[in-house]
Amino acid sequence: MNILKTLAIGIAALGLSAPAAMAEWQPRKPIDFVIMAGPGGGADQIARFIQSVAEKKDMTNRPLIPNNKGGGSGAEALIWLNTTNDPDHTILVTLNSFFSTPIRQPDLGIDIQTFTPIAMMGVDPFALWVHKDSGIETFEQWVDAVKAANGEYVTGGTGTGQEDSIVFAYVNGAYDLKTKYIPFDGGGAVAAALAGKQIMATVNNPAEARGFFQSGDVRPLLVFSDEQMSAYPGIPTLKEKGHDFSYYNQRAVVGAPGMSDEAAAYYQKLFEDIFNSEEWQGYLEAESLSPLWMNADEQRAYWQLQVENHTKLLEGMK
Amino acid sequence: MRVGEIVTAGVLALLSIYLMYKATANGIGFVAGTGPQGGFWPFWLSLGMLISTGFIALNAIRGLSPASQSDEPVLDDFGRKTLLLVGGGIVGFVALVDILSMYGAVAVFMLYYLKVLGRHSWTLTLPMVLVFPLGLFFFFEGLMQITMPTGMSFTEPVFNVLYDIIY
Amino acid sequence: MEILSLLGDGMLVAIQPLNLLLILIGVTLGLFIGAMPGLGSVNGVAILLPITFLVPPGSAIIFLAAIYYGAMYGGAISSITLGIPGASTAVATTFDGRPLAMQGKARLALVAAAIASFVGGTVSNVLFTGFAPLLATVALSFGPPEIFALMLLAFATFVGLGGDDIPKTVFSICFGLVLATVGFDQISGAPRLVLFDLNGFLGGISFLVLAIGVYGIGEMIWTIESTRGEISKSDAKISVKGIVEDTGTTFKRGWKGMSIGSFLGFFVGVLPAAGATPASLMSYGVSKMISKRPDDFGKGHVGGVAAPEAANNSASTGSMLPMLTLGIPGSPTTAILLGGMVIWGLTPGPRLFVEQSDFVWGLIGSFYVSNFFAVVVNLAFIPLFIWMLRMPFTVLAPLIFVLSVVGGYAAMQDMFDIWLLLIFGFGAFFLRKFDYPVAPAVLAIVLGPIAEPTLRQSLLLSSGDPSIFFSRPISAPIMIVAIILILMPALKYLRPRRAKPAE
Repeated sequence: MNILKTLAIGIAALGLSAPAAMAEWQPRKPIDFVIMAGPGGGADQIARFIQSVAEKKDMTNRPLIPNNKGGGSGAEALIWLNTTNDPDHTILVTLNSFFSTPIRQPDLGIDIQTFTPIAMMGVDPFALWVHKDSGIETFEQWVDAVKAANGEYVTGGTGTGQEDSIVFAYVNGAYDLKTKYIPFDGGGAVAAALAGKQIMATVNNPAEARGFFQSGDVRPLLVFSDEQMSAYPGIPTLKEKGHDFSYYNQRAVVGAPGMSDEAAAYYQKLFEDIFNSEEWQGYLEAESLSPLWMNADEQRAYWQLQVENHTKLLEGMK
Repeated sequence: MRVGEIVTAGVLALLSIYLMYKATANGIGFVAGTGPQGGFWPFWLSLGMLISTGFIALNAIRGLSPASQSDEPVLDDFGRKTLLLVGGGIVGFVALVDILSMYGAVAVFMLYYLKVLGRHSWTLTLPMVLVFPLGLFFFFEGLMQITMPTGMSFTEPVFNVLYDIIY
Repeated sequence: MEILSLLGDGMLVAIQPLNLLLILIGVTLGLFIGAMPGLGSVNGVAILLPITFLVPPGSAIIFLAAIYYGAMYGGAISSITLGIPGASTAVATTFDGRPLAMQGKARLALVAAAIASFVGGTVSNVLFTGFAPLLATVALSFGPPEIFALMLLAFATFVGLGGDDIPKTVFSICFGLVLATVGFDQISGAPRLVLFDLNGFLGGISFLVLAIGVYGIGEMIWTIESTRGEISKSDAKISVKGIVEDTGTTFKRGWKGMSIGSFLGFFVGVLPAAGATPASLMSYGVSKMISKRPDDFGKGHVGGVAAPEAANNSASTGSMLPMLTLGIPGSPTTAILLGGMVIWGLTPGPRLFVEQSDFVWGLIGSFYVSNFFAVVVNLAFIPLFIWMLRMPFTVLAPLIFVLSVVGGYAAMQDMFDIWLLLIFGFGAFFLRKFDYPVAPAVLAIVLGPIAEPTLRQSLLLSSGDPSIFFSRPISAPIMIVAIILILMPALKYLRPRRAKPAE
């Protein structure tokens, strides 16, 4: 050990004596690119897209290696990062379960403020969807239909406590609705269940519903963004309906707790480059994501705000 | 064998009871209106396990199963030796992964199995010990882009060289 | 006719010299990836995705299809030669493939697997070409109750699998089903059965951990122990003539299994959430059921290799359909492909066949060509795999142990799972000594994660009323057939018992 250390210091000293040659921090081994969801979902697609961009442009000297740890609404991934013995080579693609899972599972002992902010790649809006055969054209008709069904109206999503169920819980509370909620395995399965009329309504990301939207099988009634979305002209927001509520799924990259500042700076630079790449901007556009670039301090503040919001929302679901 | 079979059934019964106990945390009821709770499925299936072990023990006591009719010991000398040398070797192999890295542990395990257990010649053993782990490294890390544990930090210089080759 | 010309174009592109080279490389690579326990087509496709940015999209798709097919063929190889099902789709192949290999007929088993895979792949490609849009509609009408009914049917076809000791078989099935629930409860989102409060269990227990532990470690130690280390070497001869003869034998004795596997496999594979594993299991079960000599199954029947192999290839092609038309990945591999389509700017969905028809038929065209080359390459490599089997056992055994651990780690990426794998291995060794059948547990851990959530989703839909399974037009007949199949052996079991005292 000591010999190695001396050697390392020696090499470092050599580097210092020639400042120009002193390279910035670089990964020495493949980067463990953990994904907080199983294969196929929105987060997974984004991770693989990012990996492809980095590969194509040859942006890293060691590859990003996607590693799906979707178990337990992301709990598996959070524990994985929390206990990694190599924080400088471990990063995570997150969604909102980054906030909600530690709140719902305090036993895990996860404090997300110990994680290292790297990049906010964008936010994904949500919309309320129904099947075209339901005959429902507007949000008001939908509210009436749900009330008329008297508790037998069937909705579906990716699981209690997940993003879509939080939105449903808010809408149900605001309009005094009672629905059944069927959890499915991933956003794609939810979209198909709606298209196959197994369920009557969903709250889903535009990307996951896009295929059936294009074919005309499903129709959006309401969006949960701050402003109307260009992809769905004329579809109102919940804010326009008089409720101060908007909800987005974050698509962010964070580093493991205890990552060195040099490594964090390296990844922040890397993901800023990816964010600004033509490919990523095109992806945001195509998948109806909103860009929301933040620096490290802004991200920490955003985390704090989201934890507070989610605590309130999850409190309301009980 | 007969005693062994009854003891095994007993151990499995204890496992079933533990699983039943763990399942109760999620609620084992069938709620009218929403169907079974989270612990319903594992609880009743664990009960199925428990009941099966009861029948297994009963069959063993009555001497109905082939194992319970045999007077041979569960593990004779050879069995014990096999379990200790082969099974122990595998446990040692996995334990070494965190120290020597996956590939280092593979090399040590191959050396142990080929030389100590297999009594093969050095001309067969050495290439297997050296080439096989290296082959695995290039297959997994280089081709498949799957990283394996690198062990404790003293292995780092070796891996840095290897990583520089493949990337 | 437009479809055929598009398909023809796809095939013509695939047989251009450069692409042909890609196919040969892809198939060979896929074959070895599939043959490695723990790795499967998912790994092959995953490493390939970033490369698709670097080569023209047409070639990327072809390369991808080649790896996919190669890996599907490869899955049978570890089941037969090593006795470890490296992927859940190849579990059923071990039932008869392993006994054949132990009898020195590894070559026959490998040939049967390759030929059956080819037949299954071809049949499903033809069905895909002819009926894809129609089947997509059928697939959509399969909701949770239908999928649950199908899972019950899959179990029902396997009632007879466990052997004679009913309590031990029941124990094994229940144990596998309980293990499948460890981790998080998908319906309530709460942690469940986190054994001994170890965080490692939060991620659940993967099929691979159990299967590699049981077959790669447990069964191997048992073999060494029970043969007193004097295990006989395989003496299968390698000759072109032998391979041709084996092909004939495969068709003669395995044609029934192959046809059942090809068609049943495709239809089960097309259903979202079902996929190739239930397809191969059901095909094996059905082949055994309708066979004139069902007792030969499990002891080295060619049909027992041909049926599941035809089915898993057929179903893997079929599972492309829900991915392409519904955007639902039926397997991890198709999930990765789904991500790939997003990268290429394609939207999976009902419009894909209309708007991106050149992509779809180009892909299917590459399937035809890849399937053909996969069988050729597979047959060509059989001597190599036989040669592996002829190694001294004290060389082969450590290789199998190492591949089990390394492959298990590659799939799980967590040392916790490797320790668990060892525990299952040693547990299986002792249970094997007392004649507990282990296959039912392995099946249960594969089917359980599909069966339990769909059961509960169905009951949520019906407000807890189980009659939902019998009131829907598709689930009702499946349920009734499944229940009859389950009751049949139970009746058979009761009859001789009653008859005995009368003797």
